[in-house]
Amino acid sequence: MSMEFESVIGLEVHVQLATETKIFCGSSTRFGGDPNEFIDPVTLGLPGALPVLNRRVVEFAIMLGKATKCEIRRFNRFARKHYFYPDLPKGYQISQFEEPICERGSLEVHFENAVRTVGIRRIHMEEDAGKNMHDTRTETSLIDLNRAGVPLLEIVSEPDLRTPAEASAYLRTLRQMVRFLGVSDGNMEEGSLRCDANISLRPVGELKFGTRTEIKNLNSFRFVERALEYEIARQTSLLRAGQKVVQETLLYDSAADVTRSMRGKEESSDYRYFPDPDLPPLIIEEGWVNQIVGSMPRLPDQWRKELTENYGLSNYDASVLLAESENVAFFQAVFDICQNAKAACNWVTSELFGYLHKNSLTLAHSPIKPADLGALIKLIDDEVLSGKMAKSVFEEMFATSQSPQEIIEKKGLKQIANPDEIQQLVTDTISKFSSQFDAYAQGNDRLHGFFVGEVMKLSRGAANPKLVNNAILDAVKKRRSS
Amino acid sequence: MISDNDVAKIASLARLTLTPEESSRYAAELSRILEYVQQLDSYSVEGVEPLSHVHGASNVFREDTPTPSLPFEGEVSTNAPDKSGRFFRVPLIIE
Repeated sequence: MSMEFESVIGLEVHVQLATETKIFCGSSTRFGGDPNEFIDPVTLGLPGALPVLNRRVVEFAIMLGKATKCEIRRFNRFARKHYFYPDLPKGYQISQFEEPICERGSLEVHFENAVRTVGIRRIHMEEDAGKNMHDTRTETSLIDLNRAGVPLLEIVSEPDLRTPAEASAYLRTLRQMVRFLGVSDGNMEEGSLRCDANISLRPVGELKFGTRTEIKNLNSFRFVERALEYEIARQTSLLRAGQKVVQETLLYDSAADVTRSMRGKEESSDYRYFPDPDLPPLIIEEGWVNQIVGSMPRLPDQWRKELTENYGLSNYDASVLLAESENVAFFQAVFDICQNAKAACNWVTSELFGYLHKNSLTLAHSPIKPADLGALIKLIDDEVLSGKMAKSVFEEMFATSQSPQEIIEKKGLKQIANPDEIQQLVTDTISKFSSQFDAYAQGNDRLHGFFVGEVMKLSRGAANPKLVNNAILDAVKKRRSS
Repeated sequence: MISDNDVAKIASLARLTLTPEESSRYAAELSRILEYVQQLDSYSVEGVEPLSHVHGASNVFREDTPTPSLPFEGEVSTNAPDKSGRFFRVPLIIE
């Protein structure tokens, strides 16, 4: 009988904060500058240089803490974490150790049509290190310190995750949260969001945790899932064979899709933490926290409630809009003009997303501005444009970035809604197809659609279909009663 | 007492290579320093919070406004042991 195992997973996520400047000095945090463009005495760890805390970092930490229902620590100190590596010129990283700014929170993760509450153990502030490039040929490493001192929040979950898919859903939810709050761009490709995973197995029903391994370098959602799946398979076969899992740090090699041991990491991990005397204590009063909470943007869950309850959108539509904070902001701007939530959602998520996708564009580079899309929807609702005409106006808007009004003027595309003009079109059509109309009047109601189609054709699609429909019904009624 | 093993561990954490003579000299010197500090053990610190900062300051912030960085060429790169283009260059740090 082979034993069944359950996996126990916890994630440690680092997010780079969307501040203008570094955590302890005024150099820029911009990504993609020249190597060593954003360096200064503090970044270089020059003797006598003193760190001064960036207020915005604390505000961002409090925002994420409150958004994840954490307790905010009143009395905070920074700690020095010592290790030697050339990407860290001071010889220590300034971090928080036993006194993280946020603790004991939770994040609600929508996963497989259910909501899972994942515990947040802690969130702390720290500085990033620089970047190394290794050249084994010349036996040298090249160091770029632009990233050194960029502010990070490390978010440590409780070991509440049970499957790789659940871990990836948690990570997506966390990314969504930091992006909605505006505390980080959450860009995994550029390294603004990085993930390490702790994983152990235990027999199903067992409460005690097994021996865990830590997998580093999981820089995409897919890699998180694949690395965890690989590691579950590896640990399962070890345990089935009666062997032990060794507690160690592993590196995920995405090319080979395997995890490899990072030997030597364990014995050197003696960081000799102590409070950093260069940074005075940080005292967070409740008034400050309340002020920050008052200025916080709407969170994904609040948006979901708003979209489904007040705007009447389906849960599915809400999820599509909430996938990125830009989507929902764009939707809101469209809605502000047209006041029609369902139409705004459909035009944004079906038409616009479809066209953007076909043209490999992102919403940020949409040739159609939200106000113009709102105006287009309003023209449909005001029956100035038929649905069909609106689609061709939309195409033109996408191609030229012009407003719908400009395109309508230019093309003379206005819908015919004048009752006299509609009546004339109907009369002309009836005289053209008089025998068919006789048959319709004598009871062949199936011919109704034929007449609507012919009137629309005569108007080249410009007639208001609802008015055409009514005018034909009136004409038949008149004939039958005469 | 600081043992030779303690010295070896500290040296390895500090990436220092010590000769056996240096090792035993540092073991003796570090032990003497610790003995000196051990005098503090004669005071009772019951109920006294550990002190991390001697001045009374708290909440010292900078606003999130960029200030000029140092140019790499010039004092920065000439004070570095080695460089390559706009990078600092160091001996290979992976096996």
